[in-house]
This record gives sequence, structure tokens and C-alpha cells, in this order.
Amino acid sequence: MDSLLNTDRPPVFCPGCAHERVLHALDQALIGMGLTGRQVVIVTDIGCSGLFDTFFNTHAFHGLHGRALTYATGIKMARSELTVIVTMGDGGLGIGGAHVLSTCRRNIDLTLLVLNNFNYGMTGGQCSSTTPRDAEVGSGFLNRLEKPMDICQVAGTAGAAMVSRVSTYDEGLVRHLQEAIAYDGFSLVDIWGICPGRYARQNRLTPRRIADSIAELPDLSSFKTLNDRMEYGRAYRQEAVLQDAPPDPVRIEPVFKAPWKGRREVVVLGGAGQRIVTAGELLCLAGAAAGCYATQKNDYPVTVMRGHSVSEVILSETEIEYAGIENPAVVIALAAEGVGRRKGMFGRLSPESMVIRALGVALPPCGATVVDIDFKSKQIKSPDWALASLAVLARENRILTMAMLKKALELRYSEGVLEAALTVVEKTNISRHFNIS
Amino acid sequence: MGLTLMEGNEAIAWGALAAGCRFFAGYPITPATTIYNTMLRLLPPNGGICLQGEDEIASIGFCLGASMAGLKAMTATSGPGMSLYSEQISFALGSEIPIVIVDVQRLGPSTGSATKGADGDIQFLQWGNSGGLPVIVLAPVDVKDCYVLTMQAFNLAERFRCPVFLAANKEVSMIRETLDLERLRLPEVLERRMADGREPFLPFAAREGRYVPDFLPIGGQTLVRQTSSTHGPDGYITTDPNQIALMQARRFAKISTAASKITCYDEYPVANPDTLVIAYGVTARAARAAVKRVEESGGKAGLLVLKTLWPVPEALIREKAAPCRRVIVPEMNLGQYVREIERILPGKTIDFIGQMNGELITPGRIQEVIQHG
Repeated sequence: MDSLLNTDRPPVFCPGCAHERVLHALDQALIGMGLTGRQVVIVTDIGCSGLFDTFFNTHAFHGLHGRALTYATGIKMARSELTVIVTMGDGGLGIGGAHVLSTCRRNIDLTLLVLNNFNYGMTGGQCSSTTPRDAEVGSGFLNRLEKPMDICQVAGTAGAAMVSRVSTYDEGLVRHLQEAIAYDGFSLVDIWGICPGRYARQNRLTPRRIADSIAELPDLSSFKTLNDRMEYGRAYRQEAVLQDAPPDPVRIEPVFKAPWKGRREVVVLGGAGQRIVTAGELLCLAGAAAGCYATQKNDYPVTVMRGHSVSEVILSETEIEYAGIENPAVVIALAAEGVGRRKGMFGRLSPESMVIRALGVALPPCGATVVDIDFKSKQIKSPDWALASLAVLARENRILTMAMLKKALELRYSEGVLEAALTVVEKTNISRHFNIS
Repeated sequence: MGLTLMEGNEAIAWGALAAGCRFFAGYPITPATTIYNTMLRLLPPNGGICLQGEDEIASIGFCLGASMAGLKAMTATSGPGMSLYSEQISFALGSEIPIVIVDVQRLGPSTGSATKGADGDIQFLQWGNSGGLPVIVLAPVDVKDCYVLTMQAFNLAERFRCPVFLAANKEVSMIRETLDLERLRLPEVLERRMADGREPFLPFAAREGRYVPDFLPIGGQTLVRQTSSTHGPDGYITTDPNQIALMQARRFAKISTAASKITCYDEYPVANPDTLVIAYGVTARAARAAVKRVEESGGKAGLLVLKTLWPVPEALIREKAAPCRRVIVPEMNLGQYVREIERILPGKTIDFIGQMNGELITPGRIQEVIQHG
């Protein structure tokens, strides 16, 4: 079978560069595996290792420094049949560290060849994440202050099963690459080599020294059993077919008539756990059941089960333009936290506005009509106060009717929960006896 | 008439699915997260892929790979994530990779306020890349737009082989709103134009009379090469100044000369207007209420709602502003798009209403400026 090297673009590495040996070894490996250029994508990033894609007659993707694994992941997920090989230097390894770790954890079927020559060759020999502390490099004393990274130990610890280290000058390099490429999952090969232009002139690095150094390092084969698991793409596809397609968005037909005309604004002010947002949604659904347009804006902190919860709902016969609250017809005040978030609003309320207040909640001075409700005496628990307030409004035919509310509950809740919600609604049956101040 | 209650971000996800999106990757960030959540429910059972990247850089990188492999791809984030997207956006622009990027703007700068809206990224979207090439930015006004403009964003990305931004805002994306899905006027779904497979395939050469190169996916029968580096039509690195200049000019021209085809807008015209309000995004809703109130009190203010922000619809703005003595530009920032309006309408009185405190600009405030300067 023919070489996959690009005869129009012969390699242009510095004389003696380790990369060129790896290039030919990779070509031999691919030929030996019977792969054609159409079946292979070489993904590279910046630097000398980034020249690899140019020298091959395969599909090629050359991207930003340290990001090669991100593109390779997208390509492999989109076309699982491709053999995707990523080359990266020790520079790309450092800048793209998070991607390396995550790719190890993911175990997607990519092969990462780390062309490790212990320095940033293309920019003048600065130190990288693998530069030994005693090396002389273009970064002055800085490399003496940092411990070099053993990428194989890092990758294995991060979850890569197929992790190996090999010298560029190892006679078994081709077979070594083939094993990595053939592995059904993520494989990483740390390939140590000499950068004659920027590193070897100041540092006495030889093939022999590389071989000796590698031989002294711990064996990596245990990661293969330790991290063995299904390839990510296959696992993904297995899970994906088990997922139920979500139903189409619910279409609410208008079957009722709203008990008002124009635009109505409702603000529900409560605390976390009071199902304020759900009440706002119920109001929107009720409005839609009467053919009204609705908007709902919510405001709550990022913490869960603590702090305020505010829902602002607008219902209108015509499409809603401005979705902010200007002149609320009803304010439901159920907790100090919610009232505190909108305290500036109360001074602007007119006598036409109605405030439904849970007994004991302090309000700023306001000119609205305030209706106090003692939910506790009706055995209505705090998480149901917002729903009960909607029921009170429905009994007064203010904002919504009881039929609209019940339709909203049917749309929102499944059977068991629906019954519980209707029980809450029933408990407000004596609303006319509530203390209206 | 039947109505559906839907969040803006959900509408973006459903619009993407309808446009043929089959790849989404994102990183959780308020207020964009519910796009990711919805795509995770929509894509896997529909034969698509939805991934969570280890960061924003990875998320958009996955999308660029998947797009080059032939899938329609989308990602979504907010301001802090857009900052991280920047290098990949430059790549997508320079290397003509179709992708839809949703920026659900939140109050900035920096980490800012996760749950407060603003339109603070409007200039950043155009200029947040290296190289200064034109970009396409669409801005939804409401949940309906979230659905329809997302579809249009895909169409434009495919047609022009480029990233297309949706400049949403927390106030549009996280509002729940009713819409009549059956009455939406949906655009026809477009696909990127494939090369006919003649060898050799030149991935960055446009056919005679065209600016947009034909496409072939990585992984097909014809070898395809993609590169972030300065390249010629063949996708190989080049240092030839003439070739570089031609490539830059073509990429520039493919967007800038098509501005009128990309322009999308809405208006509330009045006869013999004295004033024109030019608004976009959620602020356009307040502006519409304001000009109606002005009309009810006998005033003459029209409204132009820009749904394409970039490339700037200059001809449209000139045409609509021509009969007006004064132009008012309200924005949820401290003055960003108004710079474009001032540039396009020299000599015209332009009043800016800026606000960047996490609150909506009210109709009353716009009405006040229309009627009382």
C-alpha cells in the first residue's frame, strides 16, 4: 500500500528533528493498518507538531494552540467511523491541560501523540510543562522553579486506559503507534525526542539518555485494567437511543373568557419553597386557556431553599409589548423576603390595586386595598399559599375564573398532584369570611 | 388560536432543532443554561449529539469539529463565556466554519450579574475577534423571535459559511411567554452548498461570481483540509501577499456585500414622523409601547426595530430616518449601537437613552424623551 505522506509537501523540520522520525513512523503505522487517507483525520494545533497535518494526504484539521482535542472530539462524535489522530507538543499539552484531562476521563476513541521535546521549539526554546528543572532553556531561571509534569501519570490518573511512553528512536515505535491507534478508546503516547534547534544545543540529550530515562520510570500498563471501560461514543449512542423524545410543546386552546379586558399585571412576592414560580406559571396557563397572551418573569437567588422568590405575570388580550410591571392589578405578598425585593413598588400602588397578604407579613406604606388571609387557620401550609391566593382571586373573578384555574392545574399537574392541588383550592371556599382590612 | 407557554431559551432550542441542528455543546452558565438543558432533551432522541464541554473553549471547539464533519452545530453562553470563545470565533470566521453562537447577554462587565440582563456585548460581538472581519448578529425581541431568528441564524451560517450570533438577553431568554407556534412564519431550511466532488477540491475557493466557497465535510470521499492559519484557496498555509489579500477581501465581501439580504427588521411606521426610535432586543418592546402612547397623544414618532445588528443595515437606517428630524436610540448599555447610528446619520439630532443597571428601560422613559427631549 502507498504512503500517506503528501509528496507535494515534503517535511520541512530542522535537520535532526525528532518530529520527522515520528512522521515517518506514523505513516508506516497507518500503512500497516491498511488505512487510506479518506479514513484518517490528522488534527493538530500550533507549533512544530502542528506541521503534521500538512505533510499527510489525509483529512486534516489544524486549529488553535492546545485545542486540538476539542475539534477531534467533535469530529469523532459526528463521524465515528473515522480514525482520528491528534498531534500535540508539550506546549499544547500545557495550554490545553483541561482538554487533556477531560479527554482522558471521556475515553473517546482518539489517539493523542505528544511530541515531547521538552521546550517550545518554534518560539525560541522557552520552558514548557515537561521541561526538566535542570535544563538550560530560553526562560532563564523560571524552569528551575517548576516541577515538570509526567503526562503519562497525569493521564492515567485522569482515567486514560491506554497510556504509553516511547522514545522517538525506539525500534518498536511503529508497532507502538499501531497499538495506540488500534485501541478502542482514548490512547495517549508520550513520545520523547530531541529538538536539535532549540534544546539539544544547550542540553546534552541523546537517544541513549532518553532510553535510559524512560526505562527508569514506572510501568504504565496497570492503567489499562484500572481504567478499562466502554468507548465514549459507543456508550453515548447506547444511552441516546434509550432517551424518550420530549413531547411537542403543549398547545392550549382558548375555551374560557377572561373576567376583564385589556392588560392585567400580577406580582407574586414570596420566599423559597413557596412555589411562587409555579403559581406564576399557573396564572399564565390559566390566561392562555382564556386566549390571553401571557408573560412571566421570575427573580430568585442562585441558592436553593433560601431567600426571595418573585414572579411577575402579565396577561393581555393583545400581544404583550413591554414585559415589565408598571401598574399591578394584584400583588400577592406571602413572605418578607419577596416583599423586600420589590419594596419600592408599594408606594406606587393605586387604590385600584389589590394586595393579598399572608397574615403577619409586614408591608411598606401603600395606597392599595389590602386583603389579609390567615392561611394557617385554614390548615393551608406555606408551600400552598401561592396556589391558595390564586384560588381566592378565582373566587372573586378577579384576574382569573375558577374554571381557568382548574384548567391550568390540569395542564400543569399529573393525577395525584392534581388532586392535592384541588384540595387546596377547596380550602379557600370560605374566602368571603377572610378578614379584609 | 392556541397558545404555547415557552421560555425564550426553550424557543431557541426548538428553533435550532427545526433548522436541522444536530450538534450542540455548551458549558453551564446562567442565563444561557436552559438552552443546553433543552438541547439535551431534544437532540439525543432525535439522532443528534449534545455534549457538555469542560469549559467554553472546548464546547465551541467540539462544535467546530462537528460542523466541519458536516453537522449543523450550535453553542450558547453568556458574556464571560463569550470572552473565552473569542479565539475560536476568530478561527470560525477566518476558516469559514458554519456555527450558530447564542450569547444570552447578562449584566457585565466580567462575571457581572448572572441573573440580570443587559445588552452590553453588542460591540464585543462584532469586534471580539482578531482580524476585524464582518460578522452576522441577529437580536431577538421576544420568544417568537427566539424561535424564528434561530432558524434564520442557521440558514445564514450555512449560506455564508460563517459563525452567526444570536444576541439574546436574559430578559428575552429567561422570560416565559405565550406564542402561537402554528402561526409562526418559519423560513425554509437551507443547507450549505456542497462541492460537486471534482478533484482537486479547493476548500476555500469560491466559484466564479460567488464569495462563499462550496463545502465538503471532513471524513468524506474527497480529502478536506481545514486550518486556522493564514491559508490560500487550497487550505495550505500561504505567505503570498496577493493570495492573502484576495482571501481577506473575499471573506470581507461575502458578508458586507450581502448586508441587504441579511437585514431583518420590524417597524411601527407613522405618517410624517418627526422622530424615529431605533431599538433592538427587549428594549424594542418598551419602545413599541412608547410610540403607541405618543401616537395616542397626537405625537408623530415611528419605530424601527433592528433584528439584524451586524452587518449594520445602513441603507435601511438611512431610508427610515430620512423624513425624521430626530432619532432616539434606547439601549441597555452605556452607548454601543448608537455609535453606528451616529456614524450613519451625520448631522441628524440623535438622542441616546442608556441604562445598565439590570432593569428594563420603561416605555415611560422613552415616551418622555420622545415628547420632551
